[in-house]
Amino acid sequence: MSVDIGTVRRVAHLARISVSEEELPALQGELNAILAFVEQLSELDVSDVEPMTSAVPMTLPLRADEVTDGHYPDRILANAPEAEGGFFTVPKVVE
Amino acid sequence: MTALNQLTLTQAREGLAQGEFSAVELTDSYLGAMEAARALNSYTAETADKARDMAARADARIASGDAGPLEGLPLGVKDMFATEGVATTACSNILKNFVPTYESTVTSHLWRDGAVMLGKLGNDEFAMGSSNESSAFGPVVSPWRREGDATPLVPGGSSGGSAAAVAAYLCAAATGTDTGGSIRQPAAFTGTVGIKPTYGRCSRWGIIAYASSLDQAGVFARTVNDAAILMRSMAGHDPKDSTSVNLRVPDYEDAVGASVRGKRIGIPREYRVDGMSQEICELWEQGADMLRDAGAEIVEISLPHTKYALPAYYIVALAEASSNLARYDGVRYGERVPGKDIIDMYERTRAAGFGPEVRRRIMIGTYVLSAGYYDAYYLKAQKVRTLIKRDFDDVYAQGVDAILTPTTPSPAFGIGEKGSGDPVEMYLQDVFTVTVNLAGLPAMSVPAGFSSDGLPLGLQLIGRPFQEETLFSLGQVIEDAAGRFPVEDLWWSK
Repeated sequence: MSVDIGTVRRVAHLARISVSEEELPALQGELNAILAFVEQLSELDVSDVEPMTSAVPMTLPLRADEVTDGHYPDRILANAPEAEGGFFTVPKVVE
Repeated sequence: MTALNQLTLTQAREGLAQGEFSAVELTDSYLGAMEAARALNSYTAETADKARDMAARADARIASGDAGPLEGLPLGVKDMFATEGVATTACSNILKNFVPTYESTVTSHLWRDGAVMLGKLGNDEFAMGSSNESSAFGPVVSPWRREGDATPLVPGGSSGGSAAAVAAYLCAAATGTDTGGSIRQPAAFTGTVGIKPTYGRCSRWGIIAYASSLDQAGVFARTVNDAAILMRSMAGHDPKDSTSVNLRVPDYEDAVGASVRGKRIGIPREYRVDGMSQEICELWEQGADMLRDAGAEIVEISLPHTKYALPAYYIVALAEASSNLARYDGVRYGERVPGKDIIDMYERTRAAGFGPEVRRRIMIGTYVLSAGYYDAYYLKAQKVRTLIKRDFDDVYAQGVDAILTPTTPSPAFGIGEKGSGDPVEMYLQDVFTVTVNLAGLPAMSVPAGFSSDGLPLGLQLIGRPFQEETLFSLGQVIEDAAGRFPVEDLWWSK
């Protein structure tokens, strides 16, 4: 399977990475090289195989549904590029 | 007398316990060596004041009889581990100014046990790479050089800073992370011992995530026993990582030097890949002979799905990476680039913050998870993973205790030599190591010989789940037989 320029543009947008028109052909070549490499898997029939869901067999632990952490908004916001009044701030989303 | 920073971790522990030198003296010896080795670019941050302070407190605890298992031992930390109050960047511009307000579980275990932090060590950006060339801090230079040739070589990756610093005596040992070979390949390139324990053995909490179903913390050290000492402190259950297992952590040092008589060691025929060099083939045979001479039984085995591991790995790892790295959006941490609206802000922030390899991997991961492709790629790769795991389960069920392979298909290469045209060329570095991550198994790289141009080569031992002790026993047999591979020419400090 190989991707065309339009798909590279769409994937960049889905990945939320701005890519200029000039960069698209080189990225297309690199993406197609990787996709061609993983194409080897098509040789295998895995229709009767269960997908792996855990590298080590284990049951995910459960705990009581209660607050065990938190109450330090200053630490949470310490690395924010912009914060105000105890909140992260972003450009206006709703008109 | 050997310079203090050239003692092994085991020797330094003994010297501190006997009062031959203080933790402050030992730490100062490392800080001096680090200052003289900036040309190697192995540290992204040196924390000299913090190190001296921690060392002074270690000396006080030694004096009062309260020494912990790692008391006063100076360590380096890969920049993928969050360290409270110390910049943690994953060697990416997007996190260049990130200073965590918390400490990763693994590093908190080290400080709990008395270790001293010397600083943060470089890696490929977000641990994505096999040469340490994709770091936003620039490449790390290996302390090794080919005989009679000053070409700068890569230390391997992604934990290249950790490997170079341990080999160049810039820390007594270091932490690493391994998603597809990021501890074992650089260990092989630098003549150091590297172990990636079983998935779940170490907590991933506070480690910057790359591919969550594959990532695992581990150790770089100059000897097998040194690695055993550090592994014991790092391992252990953590309620903050739901994939960390609640199993007793053995004293791995007890396994170092234990007899391997009667152990069955598998030699997988599928690892004899096309184009493997003669010197790697010979090293592999010598390794088998070393284990046989120590009483182990060598058996040929088959892991039939080996050739599919690398493509399956790149689907699983890149898909998980695209999901994990979605969090770098310029809102909660990192650098923000303004845009005309929030989407534009995300896109500009991420374009400016991520380097080319990370951007490429996120895009592939996004593509294979996009509508209509999930089954064909990610689901299929997870099914192939089941087959790869089953290959290992089958040989272990036949009584095999561990598997011996080369760690890498070649010795270290020059900076700028590989992967510039075709990213897949670099991915092939991981051909012998990724199977282990896909199956969640423990594995160790031990230096075992030299290439024809005088560079160290490593052998990989793969164990049964949670049987790291077997690896320490077998690793010591190889270290005893092959000797150690210390860097002898400190060319960077002349």
